Amino acid sequence: MSKDYNELSIGELKEGFVLDHIKAGDAMTIYRDLKLGKLDCTVAIIKNARSGKMGRKDIIKVECPVDYLDLDILGFIDHDITVNVIKDSKIIEKKVLKLPKQIVNVISCKNPRCISTIEQGLDQVFILTDEENEVYRCKYCEEKYSGKK
Amino acid sequence: MTPRHLMSPLDFSIEELDRLLDMAADIEKNPDKYAHLCEGKRIATMFYEPSTRTRLSFEAAMMNLGGKVLGFHSADSSSAAKGESVSDTMRVVSCYADIAAMRHPKEGAPLVASLRSLIPVINAGDGGHQHPTQTLTDLLTIKALKGHFDGLVIGLCGDLKFGRTVHSLIEALSRYNDIRFVLISPEELRVPSYVRESLRAKNIPFEEVVRLDEETMADLDILYMTRVQKERFFNEEDYVRMKDFYILDKAKMDVAPDKMMILHPLPRVNEISVEIDDDPRAQYFAQAQYGVYVRMALILTLLGIEVA
Repeated sequence: MSKDYNELSIGELKEGFVLDHIKAGDAMTIYRDLKLGKLDCTVAIIKNARSGKMGRKDIIKVECPVDYLDLDILGFIDHDITVNVIKDSKIIEKKVLKLPKQIVNVISCKNPRCISTIEQGLDQVFILTDEENEVYRCKYCEEKYSGKK
Repeated sequence: MTPRHLMSPLDFSIEELDRLLDMAADIEKNPDKYAHLCEGKRIATMFYEPSTRTRLSFEAAMMNLGGKVLGFHSADSSSAAKGESVSDTMRVVSCYADIAAMRHPKEGAPLVASLRSLIPVINAGDGGHQHPTQTLTDLLTIKALKGHFDGLVIGLCGDLKFGRTVHSLIEALSRYNDIRFVLISPEELRVPSYVRESLRAKNIPFEEVVRLDEETMADLDILYMTRVQKERFFNEEDYVRMKDFYILDKAKMDVAPDKMMILHPLPRVNEISVEIDDDPRAQYFAQAQYGVYVRMALILTLLGIEVA
């Protein structure tokens, strides 16, 4: 890779993503859920930025190749986040977030009778069973997920 | 080849289910034809919690087919006591048997087992989640007694809230035409809202009543009784108040229609009086026998053994 993705550049992003309109205070949760800490990329988190639409908002900038991140999970966390894809310092695409059909190891099953509470090494898998009402159910015990996203 | 498993009663299409029930009916009529089809085959009964009917019926089913049985009957006597995962135990058992039936107190355990299993896995009951072979047994019994499913009026009585057999049976019967349900339970033990919503979404007529009386029973083709299960209650007082809410006795049977067959997944406690056991409409022991036939048909189906 010729480019140095560890170079800090909060102001201008040459290639990567800007996750805008994140609810104020949620940026760190999204940082964790997207596992951004594990990537060898420059990540800038802006907290409590002023927003005409939201009052306050968080923003995450990730400098990485455009095919680097799986953003499906963002659809599960919050549809209203704006995902701007940047290339050559320009917005080339605004991604529309969709609910992912399946989410793996992001949330865990709260049913104490579920096998996922005791089985070692088992992925926590939730399946989208009702798109209209945004219902996810545990793959193993079919318990509806009712916790905080 | 990836083995086929049975996790939920809806894993089979209606056509596959019809074939399975037809085979079970043929087994009842011609047991000798099936007596050697599983010679050299073994079933592993992996029971992490006690069970009488289900385990013995699987074992009887395999023996009736000429096969052999191995397994364990409690978590204490399996390697689970040493901390082995369900997945690992299943991989090991795959080396010893051709098919497995698993009961586990944790919901979804048979599914986890099936993900890495090299042999077919049958869910023989996972907590309060699914018990598909009971549903297959219920369907075979109803078909054997009535000859069809379409147009039947099915009464379900007792604990409709926690009874997994009730939820699975409603779901399975909902796939047939002109079915009507009469749901008889105390207010506290009514079916969960998702069952009600599912029936409404499919436009299946149902009514919910509290009393089990002549008027309620008048149209019923089947009355499916269930036990109020002590282990489902957090509060002993509630259990004591509910446990004898319904008792089907001779007085009630005297005003019930002749066509109304009585089923029960067993074990019963007080909800069916022993005085009606000899009534020709009392079919719950026949139902236990059908459970063996349907498991024989299931074993043959999942093992892909052709019947001449």
